[in-house]
Amino acid sequence: MSAPARPWTPDQPLLEIENLSISFFTRLREIPAVMDFSCTVMAGEAMGLVGESGCGKSTVALAVMGDLGRNGRVTGGAIRFKGRDLTKMSQSELRALRGSEIAMIYQEPMASLNPAMKIGAQLAEVPMLHQNMPKAEAWALARQIVADVRLPDPDRMLNSFPHQLSGGQQQRVVIAMALMAKPALLILDEPTTALDVTVEAGIVDLVNDLAAKTGTSMLFISHNLGLVHDVCNRLCVMYSGEAVETGDVSEVFTTMRHPYTQALFRSIPLPGADKTTRPLIPIRGNFPLPHERPKGCNFGPRCNYFVEGRCNATDIGMDTIPGNSRHESRCLRWEEIDWQAPPQGAGPRVRRPIGDVVLRMEDLKKYYTVSSGAFGGGLKKVVKANETLSFEAREGETLAIVGESGCGKSTLAKVLMGLETATSGNILLFDENVQDTPIQQRNSDTVSHLQMVFQNPFDTLNPSMNVGRQIIRALEIFRFGSSDAERHAKMLELLDLVKLPRAFAERMPRQLSGGQKQRVGIARAFAGGAKVVIADEPVSALDVSVQAAVTDLLMDLQRENGTTLLFISHDLSIVRYLSDRVLVMYLGHVVEMGTTEQVFSPPYHPYTEALLSAVPIADPKVIKKRIVLEGDIPSAMNPPPGCPFQTRCRWKSKVAGGLCESEMPPVRNLADGHQIKCHLSDEDLAHMEPVIQIAAE
Amino acid sequence: MLLFTIRRLGVMLLTALALTFVVFYMTNLPPNLEKLAKSEASVRMSDEDVALWLDRNGFSSSVLTRYGEWLGVMPGWTRTAEDGTVTGRCITKGVAPTDAPARCGVLQGNWGYSTVFKQPVIEILSRGLGHTGWLMLSVMLVMVPSALIIGVLSGMKEGSRLDRVLSAFSIASTATPEYVSGVILVALLASATAGISPFLVESGLISGKTLFQGTATSAMDDITFWNFTLPVMTIALYGIGYIARMTRASMTEVMTQQYIRTARLKGASFPTIVLRHALRNALIAPFTVIMLQFPWLLNGVVIVETLFNYKGFGWTLVQAAGNNDIQLLLACSVVAVLVVLITQLISDIGYVLLNPRIRLA
Repeated sequence: MSAPARPWTPDQPLLEIENLSISFFTRLREIPAVMDFSCTVMAGEAMGLVGESGCGKSTVALAVMGDLGRNGRVTGGAIRFKGRDLTKMSQSELRALRGSEIAMIYQEPMASLNPAMKIGAQLAEVPMLHQNMPKAEAWALARQIVADVRLPDPDRMLNSFPHQLSGGQQQRVVIAMALMAKPALLILDEPTTALDVTVEAGIVDLVNDLAAKTGTSMLFISHNLGLVHDVCNRLCVMYSGEAVETGDVSEVFTTMRHPYTQALFRSIPLPGADKTTRPLIPIRGNFPLPHERPKGCNFGPRCNYFVEGRCNATDIGMDTIPGNSRHESRCLRWEEIDWQAPPQGAGPRVRRPIGDVVLRMEDLKKYYTVSSGAFGGGLKKVVKANETLSFEAREGETLAIVGESGCGKSTLAKVLMGLETATSGNILLFDENVQDTPIQQRNSDTVSHLQMVFQNPFDTLNPSMNVGRQIIRALEIFRFGSSDAERHAKMLELLDLVKLPRAFAERMPRQLSGGQKQRVGIARAFAGGAKVVIADEPVSALDVSVQAAVTDLLMDLQRENGTTLLFISHDLSIVRYLSDRVLVMYLGHVVEMGTTEQVFSPPYHPYTEALLSAVPIADPKVIKKRIVLEGDIPSAMNPPPGCPFQTRCRWKSKVAGGLCESEMPPVRNLADGHQIKCHLSDEDLAHMEPVIQIAAE
Repeated sequence: MLLFTIRRLGVMLLTALALTFVVFYMTNLPPNLEKLAKSEASVRMSDEDVALWLDRNGFSSSVLTRYGEWLGVMPGWTRTAEDGTVTGRCITKGVAPTDAPARCGVLQGNWGYSTVFKQPVIEILSRGLGHTGWLMLSVMLVMVPSALIIGVLSGMKEGSRLDRVLSAFSIASTATPEYVSGVILVALLASATAGISPFLVESGLISGKTLFQGTATSAMDDITFWNFTLPVMTIALYGIGYIARMTRASMTEVMTQQYIRTARLKGASFPTIVLRHALRNALIAPFTVIMLQFPWLLNGVVIVETLFNYKGFGWTLVQAAGNNDIQLLLACSVVAVLVVLITQLISDIGYVLLNPRIRLA
């Protein structure tokens, strides 16, 4: 298995992973991270590796690069690249391959670039290392590649430091760095997870173009099925260290043959899913820890098709599914299962009528003054985080606030909560003005009625206090009950409410999984009978299968209590699934507001149109119009004149007289409750085509 | 950058003023002055005589006035005795009172007169600082490169055998104060009867009696390897351990960063990674520490100069403090204050230059 007998030719697999097993060795035990993993990437193919966090997909990528760290080791199998086994190569042989034949693109572009080196030097280093290229020539090549990845002003880029670029630009630089030596294989490890959707769409576009142009093969690692659908032609679904299903993307997406793949698709909000008629189906149970994997099928304990004594009897191998598309599944029962059967236990639910107005915002403004210069002094600048926001939310309603980072949605949440006070305007909470009352001065009733669920459940729980104590603490602050016993009883009730076992009261946050922590966060928010709950990206830090469960819980609680939910998110799929009304924000302005139906169908605000188009959808039946926004979101410190969106708007030419650049568009009412801020004529708006269409079968 | 430097200089000046006033106040407390009077005039003076002496020598005015006089912003005191002779702060012997300048303080270059050495303070101080300057320079030349090398070597592969050995050395060296390491070094290397020198003499490896000299007095005239190694090593050893620990911590942190992985997966070799990608990032934090070591060196200098009888700044400071030499003590304090402030300024500016993420408007 050492040197190939004959030289590699493009008709052989470029990368062939065969029965690969990887373990990490700790002082306590050996932890198997990847077991019996096989996959093949042909030249020019894009292979998607999909799975939830901890399933071993990044470990596979690092193993291909030969960089498993000090305690990771390949314990079995082979990784053949162009016929040569990477696991048997020496360090210097590997070094010659890295960066020149195999290049990698990383999840966090900012952290992956050296902060103390100029972009040009970091790029030029690659050909200087591998081809002994002279410095001047390497810089010239770098300039050319920087232009290829569509970065503006390449000369300035080369002489910049990483911190001077935006996130999207940094990722383009990382891509440029990977392309410097024209590699045969590109490994992309969640390349867009840290980026906004519209920026992500641009990067995905770029990656697709480059792959088509250079014929580079790709190993694309992602947890986002929609992205994989957009980028890849082959797919490998991983679960708990094993590949469970592999095949062509279109085939796996339509005729999946593994229960885990099916469950995954049923738990993500695709167009057509709806919280009352077709709710999502979460995968029950928890992801097994690497050293607590069950015998037999790893997915067994969570599988709806599990058969005792058969699925947990022996190790299960990959089974080829007939057909000619190299479709395989690691399931014993794939031939017996009726894959067309409708999901169980997902009947329609009762819709609760929407009640009176509980929260009203009138012309709310929040400005910050910031000073430039590192040591005080300097110029004072005004950041307009929120500009004249007016809206109302009713009892039992879900109002989604959508927008990309920097659009002011979190500022809005802070002002509402009283963590900041408004610059001007009114906030009426149950007909009470709260805009000038910081949270310290609000009475405990107001505080307990207006609560928040935070984005990151890992940081919002006190690590040194057990779960029960944290909930009781919230009850104490809300002045609930008269005795400790009463509060303790209420705490147990709350755990029941969020479907956590009562024994969890004694656990510490570190013993909980992400989804369980978020449930504790929800229990804390609902402790005082909250009437209005602000959920700031409550599920974006969680895995897809857990997302469905947490969303489900929020919806249940809302239905039971008639809570008003302000759902802040950048994920339009989930917004479409659960919200009644949507508010789209851009640079502090509400550019569009209306019912979910109104916002998700034409006429759109041009920004909403681009946002909708940017969201990857994991459904081959969906036909989507591709609109990629040019450039980055302008800085809120220095917003463009006129309409905030005019710098990136593709409809701008339709408006005569440069109106977009000079005047802020007024709020227009298109239909009952549907308003947009745009200069486009009624005629142009009427001509807009829907971005997403579901093809007839 | 220029504006930043000017602003920092302004702040420095204010700090210097405040600090010197504190020192001035402390050294001019009444008991000190009483002691001064008794040592200058007569030990058996009565309290009235002391008061009279102080009044005659310009010590009776308020602390603020005297501080102003010392600084040179207020006119020096003058006093006409009953017999018509005029004495004053600025009137030296042999100069007519009318010709004497009105102000004579630090700003005019008049640092006063040392009561111990019976010489102008400025002369003693410049001589002492000259000696100490050579000592400090040698210490820095030995300490900084070796500390950085030790730190980087042990930090680049955390937990390796090399790391453990070097870490043990640096912890031991920084845990040993100068007065201990100095004595050990002298006993080990500079004694004709103990340590390794007798063996070396026996085997004919060295021509003198000892490997190094245990006193650095001769180094004041002529610095040689033989007479200067021990004082330099004594001060440097302490600093090496400290700076090496800081560099190691910073280096180990940098080596776990993702951009180091990027460099590795680019195909860069380990030496390239360390030298080109890690080093600059790893030096940002220790740079401040190195600059803070300068004032610390003064500390070590006091002990080592006394130990090796090297008449530099530290030795002068000890003499001044021990003998209640107010003027000399004040001057020494001013020097110390300036050293601290200037190294801080260099540290801030250097930090900005090293770290591209900090740019000044």
